[in-house]
Amino acid sequence: MVPLSWYLTLGAVLFVIGIAGVLLRRNVLIVLLSLELMLNSVNINLVAFSNTLGGYQGQIIAIFVITITAAEVAIALGILVVLMRNNATLEVDEVTILKG
Amino acid sequence: MEQAFFLFVAVVATASGLAVVMARNPIHSALALIVCFVQVAAVFLLLRAPLLAVIQMFVYVGAVIILFLFVIMMLDVRKEIRTPFLKRWTAVAVTIVVLLAAEMFALLLLGEQWQTPSFALKSGQMSSVRELSIALFTEFLFPFEIASVILLVALVGAIILTRKETN
Repeated sequence: MVPLSWYLTLGAVLFVIGIAGVLLRRNVLIVLLSLELMLNSVNINLVAFSNTLGGYQGQIIAIFVITITAAEVAIALGILVVLMRNNATLEVDEVTILKG
Repeated sequence: MEQAFFLFVAVVATASGLAVVMARNPIHSALALIVCFVQVAAVFLLLRAPLLAVIQMFVYVGAVIILFLFVIMMLDVRKEIRTPFLKRWTAVAVTIVVLLAAEMFALLLLGEQWQTPSFALKSGQMSSVRELSIALFTEFLFPFEIASVILLVALVGAIILTRKETN
């Protein structure tokens, strides 16, 4: 039997890797991919707790997380395509249009 | 047996997660993320959640990453990226990451309640799709409807965002 703490540790490791990607990378596509990794590690935690406590709530919340992620990716990639069309850059530190 | 399988899956997931963050080419990142998501689906199977494993494969691997790959191939990412990592604020970012990691692992490794036997995972059958869907359509009906509205908004929003101005 795999103990619960192993699943939580795997989730924490993936979350830390994802947050390192979000904070350190320059390419906005890789930042978005790291964001997906973080959302997935949260899903691991939710399903692990759902299995341990013997309910369905965790799995259902994980389904909602996946749904919202799909919507977020569609909007984010749309914004990215428009940004690329107007600005022709993918580097997060060169996108400063909102700065007055 | 199950522990060995979990360890294998966890090692592959961590390695491919590191590859996502370290790769220079966004396409390599996306392909590594596919590997990572398949491992997470295997973890869901180990957790007796077969429906979530299938949704993970369909939605993440089949839709989200493929959408990413389409956009990566549409945009021009071929120009060599000399500095893949941010130049400024690196020390601050590394400090934040290290602090967060230390905090999470301290909580996980020092916390007593994750090791107690009362939290031992139940062995036995997979959780049934039938009971899951009954809960989804009765107890969680309102969030379900809200999620469908959010998906509709995302659909319309993505089309309107990427439409060319016609004036």
